[in-house]
Amino acid sequence: MSVALDLLSIVAVVAGAFFFLAGTVGLLRFPDTFTRLHALTKADNLGLGLVVLGLLPHVGSALAGLKLIVIWLLVLLSGAVASQLIARATRQRDPDA
Amino acid sequence: MADFLLAASGFVLLMVAVGLARILRGPGDADRMMAAQLLGTGGIAALLLLGAATGEDAVVDVALTLALLAAFASIAFVKAAATASRDDTAAGNGK
Repeated sequence: MSVALDLLSIVAVVAGAFFFLAGTVGLLRFPDTFTRLHALTKADNLGLGLVVLGLLPHVGSALAGLKLIVIWLLVLLSGAVASQLIARATRQRDPDA
Repeated sequence: MADFLLAASGFVLLMVAVGLARILRGPGDADRMMAAQLLGTGGIAALLLLGAATGEDAVVDVALTLALLAAFASIAFVKAAATASRDDTAAGNGK
C-alpha cells in the first residue's frame, strides 16, 4: 500500500512539474498576450493541482490535507478571476489586439 | 522520497525563474504581470513541495500567504491599468 501511494505521489508530482514546464514554455514562446494568458493560467493551476494531489498521501492529518486542497482552490479561484480581469484590461487598452 | 520532493521543488523553482525572462522582454504591462502571476503559482507549488520534503508544517502557511498576496497583486494591477486607461481617454490621448 505504501509503495502504491509513493508511486501515485511520484507520478502526480512529475505530471505537475511537466505542466509547470508547459506553462513556462507557453509564456515564453506564444505570440501574443491572450495566448500567453491562456497557456499560463490553465497549465499552472493544473500543475499546482497535480502537485497537491501528489503531496496528499504524505500529510500527517486530515486537516493538513484539507489545508492543501483549500490552498489549491484559492489559487484556482484567484487565477480564474485574475485571468479574466487581465484580458479585459488588455482589450480596453488596446482594442485591436 | 524527501530527495525526490526536494528535486521537484527545485525544478518548479527553475521553471519560474526561466518564466521571469518575460518581465525583461515585455512587451506589454500585462505580459509582465503574467510572469509575476507565474511566480505566485509556481512559488506556492515549490513551497508545498519543500514543506513536504522537510516535514516543516509552517511552510504551508507561507504558501497560503503567497496565494493571498498573488491574488491581491493581480487585482491591484488591473485597477491601476483601468485608472491609467481612463486618464488617457479623459486627456484625449486614448486610441
